[in-house]
Amino acid sequence: MAHEDIDKVTGVATTGHEWDGIKELNNPLPRWWLWVFYATIVFAVGYVFVYPAVPLVTSYSKGLLGYSQRASALDETAAGQAARAEVGKGLANASLEEIKNDPKMLEFAMAQGRAAFGDNCAPCHGSGATGSKGYPNLQDDDWLWGGTLADIEQTITVGVRSTSPDTRMNDMPRFGADGLLDAKQVRNVAGYVLSLSGSSVKGADVEAGKQIFVENCTSCHGEDAKGIQELGAPNLTDKVWLYGGDEESVIYTVTHAHRGVMPTWGGKLDPVTIKSLAIYVHDLGGGT
Amino acid sequence: MRVDENVAAGSDSYYAAAKKNYPASVSGRLRTIKWSVLIITLGIYYLLPFIRWDRGPDAPGQAVLIDMAGRKAYFFGIEIWPQEVYYLTGLLVLASVALFLMNAVAGRVWCGYLCPQTVWTDLYFAVERWFEGDRRDRILMDRAPMSAGKLARKAGKHVVWLLIAVGTGGAWVLYFGDAPTIIRDIFTGNAAPIVYIWIGILTFTTYSLAGFMREQVCLYMCPWPRIQAALTDEWALNVTYRTDRGEPRMSVRTGARAKAAGAEVGDCIDCKACVQVCPTGVDIREGMQLGCIQCGLCIDACDTVMKKVGREPGLIGYDTDMNIARRSEGKPPIYRIVRPRTVLYAALIVIIGGVMAYTLAHRAFQGVSVLHDRNPLYVNLSDGGTRNGYTMRLINKRPHERHFALTVSGLPDGFTVEAQGVASAGGKPVIEVPADTTRELRVLVMVPGGAALPESTPINFYIVDTDNGEKASASDFFKAAPTN
Repeated sequence: MAHEDIDKVTGVATTGHEWDGIKELNNPLPRWWLWVFYATIVFAVGYVFVYPAVPLVTSYSKGLLGYSQRASALDETAAGQAARAEVGKGLANASLEEIKNDPKMLEFAMAQGRAAFGDNCAPCHGSGATGSKGYPNLQDDDWLWGGTLADIEQTITVGVRSTSPDTRMNDMPRFGADGLLDAKQVRNVAGYVLSLSGSSVKGADVEAGKQIFVENCTSCHGEDAKGIQELGAPNLTDKVWLYGGDEESVIYTVTHAHRGVMPTWGGKLDPVTIKSLAIYVHDLGGGT
Repeated sequence: MRVDENVAAGSDSYYAAAKKNYPASVSGRLRTIKWSVLIITLGIYYLLPFIRWDRGPDAPGQAVLIDMAGRKAYFFGIEIWPQEVYYLTGLLVLASVALFLMNAVAGRVWCGYLCPQTVWTDLYFAVERWFEGDRRDRILMDRAPMSAGKLARKAGKHVVWLLIAVGTGGAWVLYFGDAPTIIRDIFTGNAAPIVYIWIGILTFTTYSLAGFMREQVCLYMCPWPRIQAALTDEWALNVTYRTDRGEPRMSVRTGARAKAAGAEVGDCIDCKACVQVCPTGVDIREGMQLGCIQCGLCIDACDTVMKKVGREPGLIGYDTDMNIARRSEGKPPIYRIVRPRTVLYAALIVIIGGVMAYTLAHRAFQGVSVLHDRNPLYVNLSDGGTRNGYTMRLINKRPHERHFALTVSGLPDGFTVEAQGVASAGGKPVIEVPADTTRELRVLVMVPGGAALPESTPINFYIVDTDNGEKASASDFFKAAPTN
């Protein structure tokens, strides 16, 4: 393809290609550029043989190195687990207080606790651990069964009204539904209870309610109505209400009672995970 | 660059083989400057990592260091943290404006004297010349059949080239760790694989780019020649062949005859010395062109020849096309260095450099950032109060442990601040942050019941060094239950 067609302006030969009188000059590319292009082709061919590349009907070409991202991910996961195993072992032998005071173990426990919480606890208590009606808020400073590290670990292990033989358990009578108190009495006692935290119930006789409270409720909730954590009896004088703190909710609670259930996690989760969860949950609300 | 010639010679291919250049040795003023620049720049590159700088026991003692693992960069007394990477941006902006200024004043100074490709290629040419002789010897040797002597010279050259290349890669890795330790580890085989990989990469690039690709890098790979073509103007000094003086070119003997016959004779004797010394192989007499990196070696070559034939030097020199035109009109040449663009570039350099120096001199050695909990936004407490949780990160850039007292403003009286795992003194948590690091912790702010709070209150967090009172602050919000 010898072209003697020389462009007059530049003195450069043309490729012979022409579009409406516009000619393409032949300013040749350096040949090494072409070699680099061939080298990339050779590299690509080599890559196909060395790495997994070609999809087959039920499988794929594995490549000479046998590399796979899945395998390398598994390797890294195993390496990570091996690295964690040591700290995890330390956690198994350490007490909750020791973990709390050791920055390295604490960091590990918090990370594990956060993950375990998301997997196991968030469905009821919420991803932010704020709970909802009937599911305790774990961020606040009100603890039904105690807010110490040991209390929290115990609650997680045995659950509440669970299938565990050691379960935390109480049984508030259904004062209204079972006829222990009539509607008027229920309204009065609800009025008294709400008065303790500065609220009121319409048409309730607080003095009569107090009398009913002393006769029926103090054995669990205490004479000062501040609750007894050993029994899981809530503090009725504060502003935190598991089942709602308005008039209607309190009357319903006194009438029907609530029997919330938390499963036992002992046996489902290993003790180290439960420790981590206790540390994490304790940390959420700053502990008690 | 022989592209045009190949095509003019009737090449029917769309690809052209790069023609090997055999630049002749030359001496003169600009060559001396180039040698000095080469020694200074390579000296800095190879020796800088060995300069020590005492920063105390907990920090590296190397003057210039990029500590990847520690996420810090050190430059003598300056320590740059990752969040201060804008200083690097500033340096790059400064560098580009400095290139613009160079270009506006004297053309491709960067390409001709400072570019690593030029400097290393120059060094490789020097080695080549030392082993294989000057231009003529090299051309003859390449044409001659292989012999023991040729093999020995070629082998010697490549060995030295490779040593320089390995040294180039070897110096590079020294900027990323303690230089003496790395050198010991390299030779004992204990260095990290990445060290050997980087040495390998830079050995390959140095050897191939400076030894073989040479001017091809400037002609085909580098974008800078193209950019400079857009940056230059008629005032910029460029290595210029003075056509007004040189043409019509003819040999000394032909010239003498023509002169005797009363014809016009130029000063150029067409000896091609300027072409022979050119590292990129261009003919400067064709005018300003992409292939000319403006190293000025042709100026030295031409001046030497002019001196020899008894003519005035400066036939090729730093000049402008504008002055050539003025001279042929009989006007004196002029050169203005103070022009709108040089003033603008210089002003930009001063402003950007000034801003960088000011911020560097006044930057804080502590910092605090606060992130409000996303979930929950607020927690109602048993006494009717409200608590908000924050993740706080404190930064201590000083080389010793410091204690910061944490305070919060913007909330009604009676609130409390608690930093988890930190003891309080006088109602303020005092947070200890180890030397040269950051500390993250959770901070809880509690407002007791009874205080009427809007849904969102802007608040400020302050940390104050308990020893010297240095401060930092961060702003965020305190969220409370909707009031309806």
